Amino acid sequence: MKKGNIVKVSGPLVMAEGMEHANIQDLCYVGDMRLVGEIIEMRYDVASIQVYEETSGVGPGEPVETTGEALSVELGPGIVSQMFDGIQRPLDSFKEQTNSNYLIRGVNISSLDREKKWAFKATKKVGDVVEPGDIVGTVQETKVIEHRILVPHGVQGTLTALADGDYSLEDVVFKVDTEDGEKELTMLQRWPVRRGRPFKKKLNPDKPMLTGQRVIDTFFPITKGGAAAVPGPFGAGKTVVQHQIAKFSDVDLVVYVGCGERGNEMTDVLNEFPELVDPNTGESLMERTILIANTSNMPVAAREASIYTGITIAEYFRDMGYSVAIMADSTSRWAEALREMSGRLEEMPGDEGYPAYLGSRIAEYYERAGRIQTFGSDEREGSITAIGAVSPPGGDTSEPVTQNTLRVVKVFWALDSSLAQKRHFPSVNWLTSYSLYLDDVGKFMDQELDTGWAEMVQHSMNILQEESELQEIVRLVGLESLSEKDRLTMLVAQSLREDYLQQNAFDDIDTFTSRTKQYYMLDLILSFEEEAREAMRLGAYYKEILEGTSDLRDRIARSRSIPEDNLEKITQIKTDMKELIHQIVAEGGMTQNA
Amino acid sequence: MLKEYKTVSEVVGPLMAVEGVEGVKFDELVEVQLQTGEIRHGQVLEVNRDKAMVQIFEGPSGINIKDTKVRFRGKPLSLDVSEDMVGRVFSGMGEPKDGGPEIIPEKSLDVNGQAINPIARDYPDEFIQTGISAIDHLNTLVRGQKLPVFSGSGLPHKELAAQIARQAAVKNSDEKFAVVFAAMGVTFDEADFFMEDFRKTGAIDRSVMFINLADDPAIERIATPKMALTTAEYLAFEKDMHVLVIMTDMTYYCEALREISAARREVPGRRGYPGYLYTNLSTIYERAGRLIGKKGSVTQIPILSMPEDDITHPIPDLTGYITEGQIILSRDLNNQGFKPPINVLPSLSRLKDKGTGEGKTRKDHAPTMNQLFAAYAKGIEAKELAVVLGESALSETDKLYVEFTKRFEEDYINQGFYTNRSIEETLTLGWELLSILPRTELKRIKSELIEEFMPEGE
Ligand SMILES: Nc1ncnc2c1ncn2[C@@H]1O[C@H](COP(=O)(O)OP(=O)(O)OP(=O)(O)O)[C@@H](O)[C@H]1O
Ligand SMILES: Nc1ncnc2c1ncn2[C@@H]1O[C@H](COP(=O)(O)OP(=O)(O)O)[C@@H](O)[C@H]1O
Ligand SMILES: [Mg+2]
Ligand SMILES: [Mg+2]
Repeated sequence: MKKGNIVKVSGPLVMAEGMEHANIQDLCYVGDMRLVGEIIEMRYDVASIQVYEETSGVGPGEPVETTGEALSVELGPGIVSQMFDGIQRPLDSFKEQTNSNYLIRGVNISSLDREKKWAFKATKKVGDVVEPGDIVGTVQETKVIEHRILVPHGVQGTLTALADGDYSLEDVVFKVDTEDGEKELTMLQRWPVRRGRPFKKKLNPDKPMLTGQRVIDTFFPITKGGAAAVPGPFGAGKTVVQHQIAKFSDVDLVVYVGCGERGNEMTDVLNEFPELVDPNTGESLMERTILIANTSNMPVAAREASIYTGITIAEYFRDMGYSVAIMADSTSRWAEALREMSGRLEEMPGDEGYPAYLGSRIAEYYERAGRIQTFGSDEREGSITAIGAVSPPGGDTSEPVTQNTLRVVKVFWALDSSLAQKRHFPSVNWLTSYSLYLDDVGKFMDQELDTGWAEMVQHSMNILQEESELQEIVRLVGLESLSEKDRLTMLVAQSLREDYLQQNAFDDIDTFTSRTKQYYMLDLILSFEEEAREAMRLGAYYKEILEGTSDLRDRIARSRSIPEDNLEKITQIKTDMKELIHQIVAEGGMTQNA
Repeated sequence: MLKEYKTVSEVVGPLMAVEGVEGVKFDELVEVQLQTGEIRHGQVLEVNRDKAMVQIFEGPSGINIKDTKVRFRGKPLSLDVSEDMVGRVFSGMGEPKDGGPEIIPEKSLDVNGQAINPIARDYPDEFIQTGISAIDHLNTLVRGQKLPVFSGSGLPHKELAAQIARQAAVKNSDEKFAVVFAAMGVTFDEADFFMEDFRKTGAIDRSVMFINLADDPAIERIATPKMALTTAEYLAFEKDMHVLVIMTDMTYYCEALREISAARREVPGRRGYPGYLYTNLSTIYERAGRLIGKKGSVTQIPILSMPEDDITHPIPDLTGYITEGQIILSRDLNNQGFKPPINVLPSLSRLKDKGTGEGKTRKDHAPTMNQLFAAYAKGIEAKELAVVLGESALSETDKLYVEFTKRFEEDYINQGFYTNRSIEETLTLGWELLSILPRTELKRIKSELIEEFMPEGE
């Protein structure tokens, strides 16, 4: 292989001359330590290389060798349940191989285990004509993930051989007779991370992705194939929201990218997920989770790569026909990595020092989400839901990363530090957040639940909005000035906020609420409103209702702790509530008559 | 043996350019010998063909371009470590400063450290009792956490940090522990306050101090926290100690970084701080933690003063994005004479959830914590409402919230810098305060717990 020579080292940016044979985006080995890097720019024979490992100790004169291949991920059985770094090095084998607790440099390690044998079950037969995307066989990779082996892109023809039995990743398991001769194929594929994997066509993402988080599913829903942003200052709850979604969303597979955030948060996931049971499958959550960890103190260039590594893996499983959710915590750190490289390349800075192409990079990333029809003759459908945390400096969302993200995502969960400080979690601000999928999801839920779900949601939102207007009045002239009706509105709004929107992620039961329970809970609060309004119409005073129902409202508040298999208890509260309010009306009538 | 260059071509601020160099590596240690014979230290920030850009820790003053000799050491900035460092005082560059003997090194460590493989981390979940209610109960510190104090000029962060250092204890544990103290750009008085306090309590015999004062070279501050953390890691992961690292004041560290960045004419980020400030700070803060299979731990309490008390300033802002919570001091509470003036609502410990509860502290810990937060938030709002509309505009319930808030600040928060409360004492006090409120307001606590713990005769 031809080699170039380093002429300059400035942090993660290395420049090398004599590189005229190399291509932009080629992966290369940098210096005597053979650090992994990627060519991001060429001027004459000088390549600018972003290096995915620390460059201290590297200097001019050392060699650079290009691999002639773009930064790619390995795709095949053995991905699920793993934790990789930003360039897909498996961190457990890394620790084993280096016998170190630290990420030492220049370690060459393959992404997927080459030794392990997988039970490959053929699903086609020799003689079948196959096209790209067709499933030729399956491997039960984990208890819940059936890994489907696809005919790679560019391969079309007649199956001339198809194995069945135990094979490792590099064994040939099928052969296809194509126009360019016979192709021998394994369970292992590679795909360059910066190029989206192709599909047949995009479909409208109109089915909800349920997360078990009430404020999300009810008020600001996300769909399978949708895209959402979670901006918020530090401590507002971005990570907890993403962890919750990773745990409880009803998708087949989750890719969690820890991009420039805390090491302990990845350790947390790694410790907790294997112990947690997926409410949808009954198996351990780790059986459907892939982790990419490039924490804040790990090399900044690999942080830039990590979200592409993540989404390429997500696309691969999407192409098998799965619904995948990918979370990136935090996209701001990725953007900062971009900014740092751009600065070192001495590019013209745009807004706040970010490169001018920030917006297009963000858009390209979220464009890789979506609900699609895959390649392959069986017309499978797959989806990627992309959720990105945004960490705006000082919590001010007018900054470039938030603004460019809002241009492309359809759901905005605005986390609010004043709510967080009151320990109102999730601190999703109900007045500023939005979901453009609300109508689609409403329609879908109305069909599924056969109830007026969309209407209930709209009504609840109206109450919350009315509350904020009433609060203005209270602040100026006091509670006394409010009418009885308005006071009831305030009371119901308080219940919506405290008993419904708030959800404690660290409480065993409250942490997840099924669609059915969400319906029961919301129905209970709104029924209370309806009964109370009716009672007031019949002459009851607000004060009578307030005082007469304090125990009952306490029960409403505690309905969040009712286990999923005991929802008739909520119905019971509803029955008791009606009875109680009727009683208040009856008695109130008596006091009035007396 | 080492090649000596007399080819300094430029000195701009803390930076020096050396030309005609050969075999120089990025990040390596540089020795700069002045015409007077004085040796200074530097680090290679960039090397471009035969030109190296060097940052000089002790600053440029007195450097003569023509006569200065430069040697490239072929290794990164390192610190000689040994267990004998405990009880000693060093400069911000790690030179003995107490008149004691040189350290006979057990080994020499690269001060930059390395990123911990997330797989090797052991999640911190061991409760540290600081004896301070607002921390132990509401913003719990655990072993291996990084929990900064956000302060402001004139606020008593040093008293708080010293109180933590003095009182911190882990239940049922008699393991070895040590304090590593790093002063960056603080006044002599502030550094001396800590030394005096450590001396009084005998903690000085268990501490290692790195002192860079306000009149010491500014760029040295870039090295000081790294010296401290290298020592801490060595004591924790090779000598099985539980190490508490107090670093004050991170703001001056960041200012030194800004100075370098300005001298390099880099595109500045917010308020002139470099765009890589987040990444740079993370390489310091992320050195806190625990490792699987290792007994020791590195717990960090960085202190930073928020310029103009502005929490959105890049230094507190980026710190908060990296650390596992923050303890915020309030000027308002301080003016009212409350000690320690901890502003609990915006304070946070992200690791509290796994460090508290049954078997660690007590099963009523989290619910009472949530309830106290909610009640205090509500009480403050009621107080504000009373200011605008008068006490009489408050509902009966709101009046109770105001009463609660008063007691909460006066009794619970305002415990003084020398009161050491056990977590049980704190929890009991918490229940006492909650008993002021009507029971129906206590929605965050399960009824069984209220039955079990609520004091009689409310
Ligand atoms: N979750 C929240 N989101 C936004 N603002 C809130 C929230 N909770 C409380 N507030 C603010 O706090 C103030 C009142 O909150 P509080 O919860 O005490 O109202 P309330 O429950 O209606 O009061 P009360 O029970 O005394 O009638 C308002 O100014 C409101 O803006
Ligand atoms: N749903 C929730 N329930 C309870 N506590 C929460 C919830 N969401 C966030 N928190 C609290 O807020 C803290 C900060 O949340 P985190 O997600 O780490 O914030 P961010 O990522 O925005 O900095 C958490 O450590 C936790 O204590
Ligand atoms: Mg976070
Ligand atoms: Mg109120």
